[in-house]
Amino acid sequence: MSWKESRLSVLALIPVIILLEAVVYAESKNFEDVRCKCICPPYRNFTGHIYSRNVSQKDCTCLHVVVPMPVPGHDVEAYCLLCECKYEERSSNTIKVTIILYLSVVGALVLYMLFLLLVEPLFRKRDSYTQPLHNEEEAEADRSNTMLERVEGAQQRWKKQVQEQRKTVFDRHKMLS
Amino acid sequence: MEEEDDDVSADPYLPYDGGGDTIPLQTFPNRGSNYVMSNGGGVASSSTHLLDFLEEPIPGVGTYDDFHTIDWVREKCKDRERHRKINSKKKDSAWELSRSLYDAWSGWLVVTLTGLASGALAGLIDIAADWLNDLKEGVCLSAMWFNHEQCCWTSNETTFAERDKCPQWKSWAELILGQAEGPGSYIMNYFMYIYWALSFAFLAVCLVKVFAPYACGSGIPEIKTILSGFIIRGYLGKWTLLIKTITLVLAVASGLSLGKEGPLVHVACCCGNIFSYLFPNLEEVSYYFPLKTLWRSFFAALVAAFVLRSINPFGNSRLVLFYVEYHTPWYLFELLPFILLGVFGGLWGAFFIRANIAWCRRRKSTRFGKYPVLEVILVAAITAVVAFPNPYTRQNTSELIKELFTDCGPLESSQLCQYRSQMNGSKAFNETPNRPAGAGVYTAMWQLGLALVPSGLFIPSMAIGAIAGRIVGIAMEQLAYYYHDWFLFKEWCEVGADCITPGLYAMVGAAACLGGVTRMTVSLVVIVFELTGGLEYIVPLMAAVMTSKWVGDAFGREGIYESHIRLNGYPFLDAKEEFTHTTLAREVMRPRPSDPPLAVLTQDDLSVAELQAVISETSYNGFPVVVSKESQRLVGFALRRDITIAVENARRKQEGIVLTSRVYFTQHAPTLPADSPRPLKLRSILDMSPFTVTDHTPMEIVVDIFRKMGLRQCLVTHNGTLLGIITKKNILEHLEELKRHPELPVISHAPSSFTRLSLRLRPPRRLA
Repeated sequence: MSWKESRLSVLALIPVIILLEAVVYAESKNFEDVRCKCICPPYRNFTGHIYSRNVSQKDCTCLHVVVPMPVPGHDVEAYCLLCECKYEERSSNTIKVTIILYLSVVGALVLYMLFLLLVEPLFRKRDSYTQPLHNEEEAEADRSNTMLERVEGAQQRWKKQVQEQRKTVFDRHKMLS
Repeated sequence: MEEEDDDVSADPYLPYDGGGDTIPLQTFPNRGSNYVMSNGGGVASSSTHLLDFLEEPIPGVGTYDDFHTIDWVREKCKDRERHRKINSKKKDSAWELSRSLYDAWSGWLVVTLTGLASGALAGLIDIAADWLNDLKEGVCLSAMWFNHEQCCWTSNETTFAERDKCPQWKSWAELILGQAEGPGSYIMNYFMYIYWALSFAFLAVCLVKVFAPYACGSGIPEIKTILSGFIIRGYLGKWTLLIKTITLVLAVASGLSLGKEGPLVHVACCCGNIFSYLFPNLEEVSYYFPLKTLWRSFFAALVAAFVLRSINPFGNSRLVLFYVEYHTPWYLFELLPFILLGVFGGLWGAFFIRANIAWCRRRKSTRFGKYPVLEVILVAAITAVVAFPNPYTRQNTSELIKELFTDCGPLESSQLCQYRSQMNGSKAFNETPNRPAGAGVYTAMWQLGLALVPSGLFIPSMAIGAIAGRIVGIAMEQLAYYYHDWFLFKEWCEVGADCITPGLYAMVGAAACLGGVTRMTVSLVVIVFELTGGLEYIVPLMAAVMTSKWVGDAFGREGIYESHIRLNGYPFLDAKEEFTHTTLAREVMRPRPSDPPLAVLTQDDLSVAELQAVISETSYNGFPVVVSKESQRLVGFALRRDITIAVENARRKQEGIVLTSRVYFTQHAPTLPADSPRPLKLRSILDMSPFTVTDHTPMEIVVDIFRKMGLRQCLVTHNGTLLGIITKKNILEHLEELKRHPELPVISHAPSSFTRLSLRLRPPRRLA
């Protein structure tokens, strides 16, 4: 039962990933996402400078990038020999999507955690008076049809597992490494 | 059930159902006591299939309980059997053909998906960790999701002094107080730094504790154990994966001195495990490491690297963490400092392992371990307070290493290079690198003991080594500068040219420390050599890593992961350790002379009630099945879990099975009185070719068999009759015992003791 569920959830994950990739690729390369960066160290009495321009890869040389050339004409060659030019490319959309995805997952987890820690104990307390504990049997049987009840059952099972893990790690101190 | 027996002979791929019944076992006693092959004869013919597969498989049989050892031999044979079945049906129909193709491809599909997922997750972790790390200092106003470097991507600040400043990037002080300079803003930044570090650490701990406690620690010891065949339920689950990914970022960003590289192994393992759920026919055999798996993992790595490359998070299109290039060659006399670095690495490794294990043991045994959340928060607070004033500890540890590795380029970005410009004035301040050294060593030492949040020790131990190496390198450089007419330097170093590369020293030091801690020699040299991208430095690296291994081995043979495995008591047989003792199998086997006799099941004269009594009275995980109590002749081996499941299943599904029903493991039901209830056949769960050794087999061989074949248990026989059992855990106990009292044999080798032993066994002996 449990592997079937996880299989389903993984299957559901794949389209999401594909969709994200598609979004990233659809917003094609931002023109701000390339730069040619030249680092020129101090030379004679000129201080060191960093130049960065938006040029194509084959133009990524000191001559193209260092535009107001600080040195007079006969020194250009010597000056440019000292400069290190690097062509760099990034994808800001990937970064954007990643960060937003990450933050939303963390947010969802935090909300769920707060729900589990704060809200649910109140529910349980109220429930326990009306319903004697029978959820163990129910979680095992899992014959219920409605989606909500099935989710409930899965959640109960999962909680039991986490409880077990917690016991292993924190009480018996078996897993700490 | 009986009809299915006909299928046995009908199946052309099972030409002979080897087992107890086709050989008239009852005649064996007449052949005399020296017929030792009674068991072997059956095994040889039935080696094509271990279990009787033809009955309807009972759900749950053949699975394992939590914290149990996997029987690799059994699993492998099962897998081959399944494979053979699919292959044999291949020509029957197009459907079967596509099924066999699917079966053949599923393994590759899984590794492809695993590679994809691990690559994507690695990219995600990279991006998110960098961003969160910079969030402690400030925020990018124009685009919230950029870290400091990306925020200033198009910045026009051209001078060196201002290059880190750009209008879009605001530090917290600028945002809150409105001023960037002055003591007030420093304090504000300090405060915000600590605040963020603490909240990240707290969030990480809470998430781990609430959702997936298994996500703690680096995970490598557990992965090693799981790969060697041990079930830890949920350790590679989807919650663990999710929480590990999320909290890894938080932990790295909280400034604790830990790396994300080690735990990534766990993340990738989770990925592989989850994807293998997609293909249920892919058994856990995929964990095992035959050559095929090696190819597959190679392929997975390729896919992951490709994905990471195409995500290309930071525009430098470098896959490796520290890409460094050195241009200067090294000289022979430099080998001496390299070897010294190796010695340092070995000492550090030994010290680190000792300290870490002592710390963990203390946490396990004392009340201190009761407050893990508090511990993490406390350490995070101390780290943040200590780390902020020092620019080296403030940044990411991996970035620190990168800075230490790189040579001083035209852009003297790092303070480490500042002494160079003042060299003309003959003034060098060596304190600069010393400063990070002090703090770095200190923090790394502390935080590695701490393990509630996902943490690795790759990066921190590399950092220590890199710091030490850089110090040595700078010292050498200064030496060469001041004493350039000394005979050593005179010969090699020209005045004015730099002949010493401090970055190389840092790299060698890092490799030495990592080698000292993990004791992986060959792979480490390869990894670091990959980083340098040149063959030229392989000799220094090898010299340092070998020295560090030797020095470390002098203090203790185990690497950090093995020590942790031992500390946690996982059943892991180390392949590297040699077994040099002369004990025999019968000295290790259970039952011991003082123990009650071995719990065995008989082939056909137990009732269900008796069987259940045996199971409930003992806690063994498996029971040997013998012909009868008197002869103790071995038939097979049945696992406890399988028996319970099968009996329960039969009582629920089959009619007429009551407590007094006879249980039989033979092919045909025993002759019973007419009024007796219907017997229960349990042949399908019987492993008819359990691994056996004779009682005189040296333990050297037994240990080797266990190691190489991934055995779970092994039965010990004498003249074909069952004497006892050796399990993986017995072997581990035995090794432990021998380690404590190296010269104490468990039972003396005198022949008299053997007769005593054999007399103690219950079956009447016919041996001389």
